[in-house]
Amino acid sequence: MTVAVVPSQDSEPIFHVIDEHAHPEGASTMLGFWVYLMSDCLIFAILFATFGVLSGNYAAGPAPRDLFDLPLVALNTSMLLLSSITYGFAMLTMERSRIGATQAWLAITGLFGLAFIGIELSEFAHMIHEGATPQRSAFLSSFFTLVGTHGLHVTFGLVWLVTLMVQVWRYGLIEANRRRLMCLSMFWHFLDVVWIGVFTFVYLLGMLR
Amino acid sequence: MKIDSHALQPEAGGHDAHDSAVHDSAAHGSLSSYLIGFGLSVVLTAIPFWLVMSGALGSKQLTALVVMLFAAVQIVVHMIYFLHMNTRSENGWTMMALIFTIIMVVIALTGSLWVMHNLTVNMMPVHDMSGMR
Repeated sequence: MTVAVVPSQDSEPIFHVIDEHAHPEGASTMLGFWVYLMSDCLIFAILFATFGVLSGNYAAGPAPRDLFDLPLVALNTSMLLLSSITYGFAMLTMERSRIGATQAWLAITGLFGLAFIGIELSEFAHMIHEGATPQRSAFLSSFFTLVGTHGLHVTFGLVWLVTLMVQVWRYGLIEANRRRLMCLSMFWHFLDVVWIGVFTFVYLLGMLR
Repeated sequence: MKIDSHALQPEAGGHDAHDSAVHDSAAHGSLSSYLIGFGLSVVLTAIPFWLVMSGALGSKQLTALVVMLFAAVQIVVHMIYFLHMNTRSENGWTMMALIFTIIMVVIALTGSLWVMHNLTVNMMPVHDMSGMR
């Protein structure tokens, strides 16, 4: 640590610390990651606003009522909600340093996430098969952009989850891995929060139009 | 669990403000808080789906209003029980970032919807837009 020496009146040196004091490694990671999530929130807000503006422009194409299958959406919602609680269990077992249980809960979370993506992709495939492609109308363009962006986030969350499982398997629950798992926890729960907006504004209100 | 991690550390001296901030953010929920959050979420998800699928409230406008209310409550539940939001973590900076984001989101959403609704009302011919090609 560098110090500046300033000679004072009675020739006794006074020491001033001019370097920043030491930060423990990763001390600001959680706040930084939270700020990232907030910026991600703004992306979704703009996509929601776009969908809100364009959701009535069917261009004589299919409307939500013709396309959406609410029981399927409810199933999808429960998949994501279950993956949220199982990730919570993974965090609880992580705090008890039980590697095996943590890995098991992470794997179950991954399977629920995979089920969510699978159901969503089959829904998209069904819609596109019926001619409801993103090119069909402004409503469908904004629908696929909003829901697709959320699905892409979940997909990258799954890639991250598998990466962290390999990390934990190789290096154990070291401090760095705990921090990474906590970041993914925030990311995963945040995606569930965004999904609340999606199933409410896109699916439920869409069926009411 | 928080107690265990503290027990491993020497009590004397070594804690500065940053160190304790790390432990605050690491303070995760207990099993009961996760289960309460999950239970509330299930109820707050199931009721709007049931309302829309059964049409129990009759009026579409009322149903839409109630459904949006449930979503708002569920988002708060998730924030508290799953994301562990509180006013203390990181010396309140996460809450500040959240409040700023909410203000931005509200401006972006209401502004877009309001302006574009006005545009639709003023620019379109009298008949309904859904009849337009």
